[in-house]
Amino acid sequence: MAGIFVLAKIQNGAPSRSTLELVGSAQKLATGLQEPLSAGLLGQGDAALLYAYGVETVYRVDHSLLKEYQADLYLLALDRIARTAEPRIILLPGDSLGRDLAARVAFRLEAGIITEVVDIDVDGGGKNLRFTRQAYGGKAVSAIVPKVFPLVVTLKPRTFDPAARAGDRSGTEIPIEVPLDAAQARTRLVKRVQEETTGVKLEDAPVVVSGGRGLGGPEGFNLLVELARVLKGAVGASRAATDAGWVPSSMQVGQTGKTVSPDLYIAIGISGATQHVAGISGAKTIVAINADPEASIFKVAHLGIVGDYKAIIPPLIAKCRELVGG
Amino acid sequence: MRIVVSVKQIIDPELPSSQFKIDPGTKRQQPDGHPLVISPYDENALELALQLKAQTSGHVTVLSAGQSSAVSALRKGLAMGADEAALISDPALEGSDAFGIAAALAHGIQKLGSPDLVLCGCESGDWADRIVGPILAEALGIPCITYVARVEKQNGRLQAQRVVEEGYEIWEVTSPALLTILSHELNVPRYPKVKDIMAASRRPIPTWSLSDIGLEAGRIGKAVTRVEIESLSLPTRESHCEFLEGEPDEQVATLIAKLREKKVI
Ligand SMILES: Cc1cc2nc3c(=O)[nH]c(=O)nc-3n(C[C@H](O)[C@H](O)[C@H](O)COP(=O)(O)OP(=O)(O)OC[C@H]3O[C@@H](n4cnc5c(N)ncnc54)[C@H](O)[C@@H]3O)c2cc1C
Ligand SMILES: Nc1ncnc2c1ncn2[C@@H]1O[C@H](COP(=O)(O)O)[C@@H](O)[C@H]1O
Repeated sequence: MAGIFVLAKIQNGAPSRSTLELVGSAQKLATGLQEPLSAGLLGQGDAALLYAYGVETVYRVDHSLLKEYQADLYLLALDRIARTAEPRIILLPGDSLGRDLAARVAFRLEAGIITEVVDIDVDGGGKNLRFTRQAYGGKAVSAIVPKVFPLVVTLKPRTFDPAARAGDRSGTEIPIEVPLDAAQARTRLVKRVQEETTGVKLEDAPVVVSGGRGLGGPEGFNLLVELARVLKGAVGASRAATDAGWVPSSMQVGQTGKTVSPDLYIAIGISGATQHVAGISGAKTIVAINADPEASIFKVAHLGIVGDYKAIIPPLIAKCRELVGG
Repeated sequence: MRIVVSVKQIIDPELPSSQFKIDPGTKRQQPDGHPLVISPYDENALELALQLKAQTSGHVTVLSAGQSSAVSALRKGLAMGADEAALISDPALEGSDAFGIAAALAHGIQKLGSPDLVLCGCESGDWADRIVGPILAEALGIPCITYVARVEKQNGRLQAQRVVEEGYEIWEVTSPALLTILSHELNVPRYPKVKDIMAASRRPIPTWSLSDIGLEAGRIGKAVTRVEIESLSLPTRESHCEFLEGEPDEQVATLIAKLREKKVI
């Protein structure tokens, strides 16, 4: 058993953003532990795109049943790859796919598991290997060390820098046959529904305008959408706002929701619970607009306005329009 | 439909940071007499189970693994409308990781009989590992759908709305299955009525040891965890908020000037 393995995804002719985040950490682990770096591809995608980032071996399972994500079939394929490659550490994304698969992969491989990792420590000799994650809704941080291998690790999205290209390199592709049968899928996708408000993906947006319970109702979000449009950003929300049904759950920012790392995050009518702040630690500038001067959000914000958002957002939209317009 | 809802009792996760203290010995939050609650998403799961029960004349059991204090979480479950409750509690459980807890829950569920549906929270309110549910599904050998906000019964099958980055997906599954549940406007936990709280307080709740559920002590506990918590500490957060004063128009003008200075707009 040796090596660092990442589950990779090639999208529109390039490794996906989350794949690059995984590969970046995998490079660091591979160097620190002096172990080889491999990746798995389910379905199509050019393996050379991964060699360019220092991946030495690509294990591929190509099967018509893997075109669309289905947990049981993906698990069978991943399990087979892991038993062939025998890595010590398996890195998976902390997104909806990783949240679905990681624990089940660990169970099948009798592996250890550490989820939602935000930092990795590894020294040259590989003696010290330590993973940091948040605990208690962001009120604490915990360092966790493995006692057994293999170890499955999921990385909190948008937390690690994407890998840098290692230059033109070659690698080895190893095809793996996995006999898959549609009957092995115990769940069936009925439909997939996309929800978007401004046409900019929340995770990628340079500006995120988020609203919380303080907006008082779904209408408040109309103002936020307008502001986000002028700033070419996306709209997010606190859990209180998604739980109330004011906006869809996929707009939730925070521990359970999305991690965002925009240049500018504007929190409007959001109290700043640690579970919300857990999703914005990568934001460069945080602006808070809140009626309560004592709200916790001001402890993490750089710029604060105490007041009723209804009096502040309309002139803010108007001013921003002027700027954009002229 | 027989439904088991797996609930964890935790210290109220919405307490402000100022009241959060770490016990360096156990590397856990210091209890300090703070209120103990059902982990929030587990309560959403229970609410969903009770709604399904109302539609399908089902039977709902709340199950927990933990210390004897967890009886109060189960009592709340009964007061909300669960039909039955059971606690798995044993000194050997102390320090277990998710694999140990899931093994205990799986044995407890088998003792209860074969359920049609097992519901867990999508993540616990304290450690939020997001793994006990999927591991439990594997231990029970049943399919699993994670981060489910809504469930509907359709011609004998279940349709689960799974929240993903781009929106949501509808997945169909046949029983038995395990779902991990997310909060949603339609599963906001009900408040139990006073008379139901009173009635629940008189209900006996069985407490099962490991031998009661047929689990060997060697398979769980601190000694067999696969990872170890090396440290737990308070995060360092340094930021200084500059408050923008004046009437809204002035505040907005200053804000824009500052943001342009920082080159973020
Ligand atoms: C396990 C777990 C996971 C969680 N995950 C998440 C998550 O992913 N994301 C998340 O957001 N939360 C999450 N939470 C919930 C979190 O703890 C808070 O309950 C939630 O973030 C509160 O939302 P809020 O700030 O909108 O509401 P509140 O806390 O009610 O705050 C509303 C704010 O609006 C202000 N306000 C009121 N009126 C006005 C006005 N007219 N103008 C301006 N301001 C006004 C108030 O002063 C107040 O500060 C999680 C909790 C748990 C236990
Ligand atoms: N001790 C426990 N007793 C009962 N259920 C639990 C326990 N620990 C975790 N769970 C269930 O597993 C879910 C996810 O927990 P976690 O993997 O810790 O995020 C919780 O929301 C509960 O439904």
